Amino acid sequence: MIVFKGVHKWFKTLHVLNDINLHVTPGEVLVVCGPSGSGKSTLIRTINQLEPINEGSLIVDGYDLSDKKTDINKLRAEVGFVFQQFNLYPHLSVISNITLAPTKIRNISKKEAEEQAMVLLTRVGLSEKRDAYPSQLSGGQQQRVAIARALAMKPRIMLFDEPTSALDPEMIGEVLAVMKDLALSGMTMVVVTHEMGFAREVAHRVAFMADGIVLEEAHPEDFFMRPQHERAKQFLRQLLTPMQAECP
Amino acid sequence: MDQFFNISVITDNFTYFMIGRFPHGPLGGVGLTLYLAVVSCILSFFGGMFLGLLSISRFAIVRYPTLGFINLVRGMPLLMVIFWMYFLMPALFGKIAENNTVIMALTLFTSAYMSRIVVAGIEGIPKGQTEAAISTGLTSWQLMLYIVLPQGLRNMIPSFVNQFVSLIKDTSLAFIVGVSELTHVATQINNRTMAFPTEIFIFIAVIYFILCYAFTSLSRWLEQRLTWVKAI
Ligand SMILES: Nc1ncnc2c1ncn2[C@@H]1O[C@H](COP(=O)(O)OP(=O)(O)OP(=O)(O)O)[C@@H](O)[C@H]1O
Ligand SMILES: [Mg+2]
Repeated sequence: MIVFKGVHKWFKTLHVLNDINLHVTPGEVLVVCGPSGSGKSTLIRTINQLEPINEGSLIVDGYDLSDKKTDINKLRAEVGFVFQQFNLYPHLSVISNITLAPTKIRNISKKEAEEQAMVLLTRVGLSEKRDAYPSQLSGGQQQRVAIARALAMKPRIMLFDEPTSALDPEMIGEVLAVMKDLALSGMTMVVVTHEMGFAREVAHRVAFMADGIVLEEAHPEDFFMRPQHERAKQFLRQLLTPMQAECP
Repeated sequence: MDQFFNISVITDNFTYFMIGRFPHGPLGGVGLTLYLAVVSCILSFFGGMFLGLLSISRFAIVRYPTLGFINLVRGMPLLMVIFWMYFLMPALFGKIAENNTVIMALTLFTSAYMSRIVVAGIEGIPKGQTEAAISTGLTSWQLMLYIVLPQGLRNMIPSFVNQFVSLIKDTSLAFIVGVSELTHVATQINNRTMAFPTEIFIFIAVIYFILCYAFTSLSRWLEQRLTWVKAI
């Protein structure tokens, strides 16, 4: 469903993506992790061309992103994206945030879009917030609305770029629960996250990145128990140390 | 009469100050000043939007000529633009009322400034908003229409108001081509009576002040009505 073949990307002289080869099959959940600056965000953003690639081939849901003639808006409508900073529209109510794209792009009626939006809001546990404005919501609630907004386009793929990194610890769980529910429903997902509990429980595969290279790709159990690369071992040690200190 | 401040020159000519010879003749005075300002204001809102959007077009062939034009207009004194329109427009398009040539000049001039405000307002919208919108598949026009402009316009209001207040004051330059707005009316009365320039020009200063102040207050009210609580 998502196929990277020899993908390269540069920011000026910085080689952010170096020969990426990845294959995500329908219904699969791929977690991408790695140290800061390793290119995880850039990688996930190439999938809906928020960042164009410079070399190689990238095919997403049948759309060839290396082909200039591909209708990129059409692809983006099929791919949901959830940002670290939520990026809800501050001038629109929750329900309008969700119905904007479906009514403008899918050309469905406002009434129908609102009905569908309410189903999604109920699913993320926020049906009573339909008329609230983003600024009146907590971070966790905003992120759940952002997920509902992405789902409103009925995407075939969902991308998450560190969806819980901007949240207070007590709100991380509610967002992860929504994502887990989504994964169990069979959604194809690529998730950049450092939530190793989520990766262990939900991911089918983990890709570890460093310096623009996918160093390791493994089943979560293998990755966590038997990391191959020195960089991966070091990364996991740093990640796990504070957690172990908390729960002896 | 040899008073310190002769109010009668004002009261005697009050209607003339306010509306000129209207309704028996053309509108003048404060009425015409407001008419020129409001019409130019509305037109330059759209003109500014239009020039602003063109000046950030992704097509260089649209962008550069627009930027050139904007800079050209901004590099000229308004008075010259008013003369230009006054002499050029009728030469090109036949008879055009003086009022309308002034409206054209004010609109052109103000639009050029407004376009910069529009661009700044658009560029002030966080990149995340754009990314969120396009990642749901919205086209660049839909992005502009539903996300960027509604948020940007609100941020532009204070600068718009400054521009419109300048516009009200700038209408006084129309006096040079014989358009009988407030300043022109004041000079007429002054020439006729000869004796009370202080009274007359203090009076119209107060009028200009009231107009500008009223406009500022109106916009503050508008701004509050358009307020949504800022996110994050
Ligand atoms: N628009 C850009 N222009 C130039 N350099 C960029 C740009 N975006 C990212 N970079 C650089 O590319 C590298 C990879 O960035 P990226 O955001 O993909 O890393 P990341 O793995 O997501 O890091 P983090 O965990 O901090 O989010 C970094 O060195 C970053 O500074
Ligand atoms: Mg990142």
